[in-house]
Amino acid sequence: MKVLSLNFLTCAVKACKSTTGAYPLHPKDAELVEDDLEINSDLLLNIMPRIDWPALSTTATELGFPSLPAQPPTKEELEADEKMLRDLHHLLMETQMMEGKLVCGNCGHEYAVREGIANFLLPAHLV
Amino acid sequence: MLPTPDTSHVAFERVYEPAEDSYLLLDTLSSESETAFLRSRFGGNSADATTAPTSAGTIPAPFVVEIGPGSGVVIGFVNAHAPHIFGTPSVLTAAIDVNRYACAATRETVRKAAADVAASSTSSATPSVSKSGTFLDAMQGDLTAPLRDGSVDVLIFNPPYVPTEELPRQPTATDMVTSEAAPTFQDDSYLLSLSYAGGVDGMEITDLLIGRLGEVLAPRRGCAYVLLCAQNKPEAVKQRVRGFGPEWRAETVGSSGKQAGWEKLQIVRIWREEEQESS
Repeated sequence: MKVLSLNFLTCAVKACKSTTGAYPLHPKDAELVEDDLEINSDLLLNIMPRIDWPALSTTATELGFPSLPAQPPTKEELEADEKMLRDLHHLLMETQMMEGKLVCGNCGHEYAVREGIANFLLPAHLV
Repeated sequence: MLPTPDTSHVAFERVYEPAEDSYLLLDTLSSESETAFLRSRFGGNSADATTAPTSAGTIPAPFVVEIGPGSGVVIGFVNAHAPHIFGTPSVLTAAIDVNRYACAATRETVRKAAADVAASSTSSATPSVSKSGTFLDAMQGDLTAPLRDGSVDVLIFNPPYVPTEELPRQPTATDMVTSEAAPTFQDDSYLLSLSYAGGVDGMEITDLLIGRLGEVLAPRRGCAYVLLCAQNKPEAVKQRVRGFGPEWRAETVGSSGKQAGWEKLQIVRIWREEEQESS
């Protein structure tokens, strides 16, 4: 599961959804692998306006990546900064969580990630 | 015609095999009317979008999610042919299915379809330009449950639409947690039943999904493509959506052949118009 995916996901428990604790989910015991993908600058530039930067910063820190800048880079800054483009590409596109858990900060429920597939089905008592 | 993704690797004894409904979605999503709609909404208006530079760097990449992808033939198609459908390769795609085998199958179908597009365009002058969208993940889940509110730009749903006396038990976290245990014939029948059995009018699952659209679709540009059969009472479904508010729209944008005067299968596009019409 890609780091970028976590930017679009919350706890699947209905009562959690509107709470601030349910987003982003917190990786736990994460086993990461790195793909080697060609960088696509256009895509990164088009993704930037979609990204919730504070949530991405939290995820990056929790996965052991260096801290992201406090503010998201502007389009112009990104275009001029190849290193930052590469770092973002690496974090968002190339980093995959193969095994581990995703934990809701509100209810504490842990979603398993196995073989890169996250399981958001709930146990019967939470449905 | 755009090539249909290869699904020869998929175990059809436990994952829904592409059929007339799947192909109707492919045809509709790549039709002139729908590519025109999607291009106008998500940026690339250029007819030659595969080579056009994305000077429109300010248009955020759409997030396209298929619910219940099964083999992945539809999302694999949409991802592989994103430049044709959306007018830009800057498209993010993902899928959610209750069936873990479907998630694994989808991942592979999407990968193959994108690789086929890349292989067929090696003669291109700009080989480094991506020819497909970017697939994020296939995840196990119940409809849109894990998706953040307002995050989805295009939702695609080929539901379990066959009217059945009752709905199969819906799976929980402990069902099929790994893909290592060999499924029994009963397991396989159960998994397939989830892909087609829709309960009363074939609408029990679709009704749940439609009830969640207002939350999960992006407030301004979000839209959904939902497949219905005649027994689903499509006119009533469209009326329900229009009842959500004056900005809501629901129209049939694709259909299979008629049977006894009824469209057997149809695709309904659901969206909100930014500006309310004043008449």
